[in-house]
Amino acid sequence: MGLAKRIIPCLDVTAGRVVKGTNFVDLRDAGDPVEIARRYDEQGADEVTFLDITASSDQRDIILHIVEACAAQVFIPLTVGGGVRTVADVRRLLNAGADKVSMNTAAVQNPDLVAEASAKVGNQCIVVAIDAKQTAPGQWQVFTHGGRNNTGLDAIDWARRVQALGAGEILLTSMDRDGTKNGFDLALTRAVADAVDIPVIASGGVGNLRHLADGVSEGHADAVLAASIFHFGEYTVREAKEYMRERGIEVRL
Amino acid sequence: MAAGTIAVVDYGMGNLRSVWQALVHVAGGREVAVTADPAVVAGAERVVFPGQGAMPDCMRELDARGLRPAVLAAAREKPFLGICIGEQMLFEHSAEGDVAGLGVFAGEVRRFPAERMVDATGRRLKVPHMGWNEVRQARPHALWQGIPDGARFYFVHSYYVDPADRACVAGTTEYGIPFTSAVARDNIFAIQCHPEKSAQAGLALLENFIRWKP
Repeated sequence: MGLAKRIIPCLDVTAGRVVKGTNFVDLRDAGDPVEIARRYDEQGADEVTFLDITASSDQRDIILHIVEACAAQVFIPLTVGGGVRTVADVRRLLNAGADKVSMNTAAVQNPDLVAEASAKVGNQCIVVAIDAKQTAPGQWQVFTHGGRNNTGLDAIDWARRVQALGAGEILLTSMDRDGTKNGFDLALTRAVADAVDIPVIASGGVGNLRHLADGVSEGHADAVLAASIFHFGEYTVREAKEYMRERGIEVRL
Repeated sequence: MAAGTIAVVDYGMGNLRSVWQALVHVAGGREVAVTADPAVVAGAERVVFPGQGAMPDCMRELDARGLRPAVLAAAREKPFLGICIGEQMLFEHSAEGDVAGLGVFAGEVRRFPAERMVDATGRRLKVPHMGWNEVRQARPHALWQGIPDGARFYFVHSYYVDPADRACVAGTTEYGIPFTSAVARDNIFAIQCHPEKSAQAGLALLENFIRWKP
């Protein structure tokens, strides 16, 4: 027995509210990220990720209050991403109670930010999110702005580069699969996971429990992230873990 | 400062909010003070010694704040809980930056050996060791009370302690190699993982520490 593969529910949050809501039957407030995080903790989630998609900058600090409230009630690792542009942003989120901070566009625009933040707060706190799209067979490029901007960076090269810069973990999302419920891009996941020594979280496309297990067994991911299959009560985190264990994957149950 | 205070030693390396929050959650209303003041450490009933970042930086900052004597005194005389780098700093020496530790425990802090980091199926294991792994209780201890043997705790580290005296080993974990994940002696308990991020098992350990009468 050894290290468990992690299951990470992800919540999109804007101005302090979960975007799509959830339909857990007995939640008092389906839009409250803290209550949802607590529910996932009870189900056995290994971590929780908040992605702050607040568009307006004057509402950005709301996430800090959410993180503070969450950290007071949920005692599993909390990752927060979205709108992180400076080392000061990283520090504010960590001081509010986040354990890891995820950066995406800012890392592409200013790779030194990864190095600087990692040197200041430790690489265990720095996650680089990579949004990748297939551009040719066996080739993926890094996109930003929700898949609209092609950076021209090769996803595997970029993964190696952010590791060298000091990223402690990679959150890898297939923009081709995101929202499709057709499963992870396993070839992409495997190519990146095998190319780096830091953990890789697979994201984008989960529609059922088999997809989660495939992300680990075929995609070589260290952790799997999903949103809708958990939010809408299709499966609990516990069911996902029981399924993965049946498939021979070590999980925390 | 109230009697019965739990002091969390803050030497400026990283964020102690999670440790503080988790202790407050199980402290039953007792005061939990995050402090850089040696006098507060000296006056506390029990002391938590956390740590993150690189051990050479941690040792430097500990001394820069003049906290070493207070920490050493606490480790001699009151319930003392080392967490993560706070566990490693209790040893004599670390391979991380070739730095001397506090020498409370005899032994070395070593890095996971890259050449031996493969799992049972031959797949390469990543370093840092990050995530939930099992802690085998090497012997009964008040801090293990109510925690199943082999319960999973949350780890994030690239180095581990290798005590010279195996009698202090309180817990072990497998990651490529078996390593010591908890040590205990007299009034000291120290653990490599993060109980403050380890859900029920971690909270139980912290609550046990708060009640511990060594």
